[in-house]
Amino acid sequence: MSSLAVSDEHAAPASSTTRVIQPAWVRIVHWVNAVAMILMIMSGWQIYNASPLFNFTFSRSITLGGWLGGALLWHFAAMWLLMVNGLVYLVLGFVTGRFRRKLLPITPAGVISDTKAALTFKLSHKDLAKYNYVQKLLYAGIIVVGVLIVLSGLSIWKPVQLQWLTALFGGYDVARYVHFICMALIVAFLVVHVALAILVPRSLRAMIIGR
Amino acid sequence: MGRMRKLLIPGVDKKLLVKDAVKLMPDLTRRRFITGGASLGALALLTGCDVVDSSSAETMLAEVSKFNDAVQAWMFNPNALAPTFPESAVTKPFPFNAYYDFDDAPEINGNDWKLEVRGLVENKKPWTLEELYKLPQVKQVTRHICVEGWSAIGSWTGTPLRDFLKLVGADTRAKYVWFQCADKDGYNSPLDMPTALHPQTQMTFKFADEILPRAYGYPMKIRVPTKLGFKNPKYVISMEVTNEYKGGYWEDQGYNSFSGS
Repeated sequence: MSSLAVSDEHAAPASSTTRVIQPAWVRIVHWVNAVAMILMIMSGWQIYNASPLFNFTFSRSITLGGWLGGALLWHFAAMWLLMVNGLVYLVLGFVTGRFRRKLLPITPAGVISDTKAALTFKLSHKDLAKYNYVQKLLYAGIIVVGVLIVLSGLSIWKPVQLQWLTALFGGYDVARYVHFICMALIVAFLVVHVALAILVPRSLRAMIIGR
Repeated sequence: MGRMRKLLIPGVDKKLLVKDAVKLMPDLTRRRFITGGASLGALALLTGCDVVDSSSAETMLAEVSKFNDAVQAWMFNPNALAPTFPESAVTKPFPFNAYYDFDDAPEINGNDWKLEVRGLVENKKPWTLEELYKLPQVKQVTRHICVEGWSAIGSWTGTPLRDFLKLVGADTRAKYVWFQCADKDGYNSPLDMPTALHPQTQMTFKFADEILPRAYGYPMKIRVPTKLGFKNPKYVISMEVTNEYKGGYWEDQGYNSFSGS
């Protein structure tokens, strides 16, 4: 990965076919996040099974940790990877202006027309560097969900030391539901995200080699 | 292990995916893509996806758990009180919870029972229940949070542990107070000294103004509202002030030792 980063810096942005769509830092935090997120979700399902909020449990074949204690160890280890990587992403996203450039503005009219275009398969993917309004909305939205799942997780972990945060979520029991709903939203996002990456393989390539 | 690899991108066969993607690429980028894919695989290896069942993963997780103990000890504010609730908020019925059925819960005769006090204390005299009942008591209505995730609000009355530690001349510079219990298979649990000295940490003799029932740890439990439930030992028979980490029933099986709320 580091060799890729170096070659990116030296590559001249000559023609449009070789220009960098996803800079190295985005690719690195993206894949670290992917690993951290999958570890968190799979161990989280095992933790959920110890005291289910709803009338179902997750099959043990898709959980991580083997039992509650093992899952907690994974969850509280992967959380550092998720949080540190997430912070790097947020800081760089703001500092480099990427969020402003890529995700804003989001207008209701733009979202509606791009949603229509997407549903009738008329949405263009010619320029992968430019997000359409549906992408803007989903990517901005999933960042907000990402922040919420970390904060609700912290409020479940530390309902005494961070009781102001827990209170903000409506108390310990409500925070558990918020945490679960955020997970469900991320999994739903993941399904769409992966499906679209398969439909437009150039986008997957850009997230791996940058162009 | 194989299961993990398949599930890295749920529902997607990675080999087919890569094959499809590579077909669409010009030569130069194709080579880069494969290199990138290889380092992605290396990343998955490094982060433990392929070592889920091995002892190196367990060692790594145990180390992180120790690190988390230190982080939580650092986060612990000795003056931060657990939120309290009105009496009307008490969960009814308050759940009985243990690693055994209620029928197997210890049946202790309060007249024979004595609390043993050991370790770094000046006065090692054992305490009868009658003597303990004479100590000043306070009531708290706080939330009990189980490691499993559920929670319940209870009303506990008893003597602040820090008052008792003072009374017996405990060396409060020691690292732990270690509790042993009458549960079958011998329950025990260490409590770090800053938490032992927290104003809400309590030697509990009553639940909802009634003598602590057998289900909740008669004759004495240690109520620690700044910790998860398993760090609140019931049916306590001895306490030891010590610098040695003696482990605990659940702690030894992998639950995080600090487990602070």
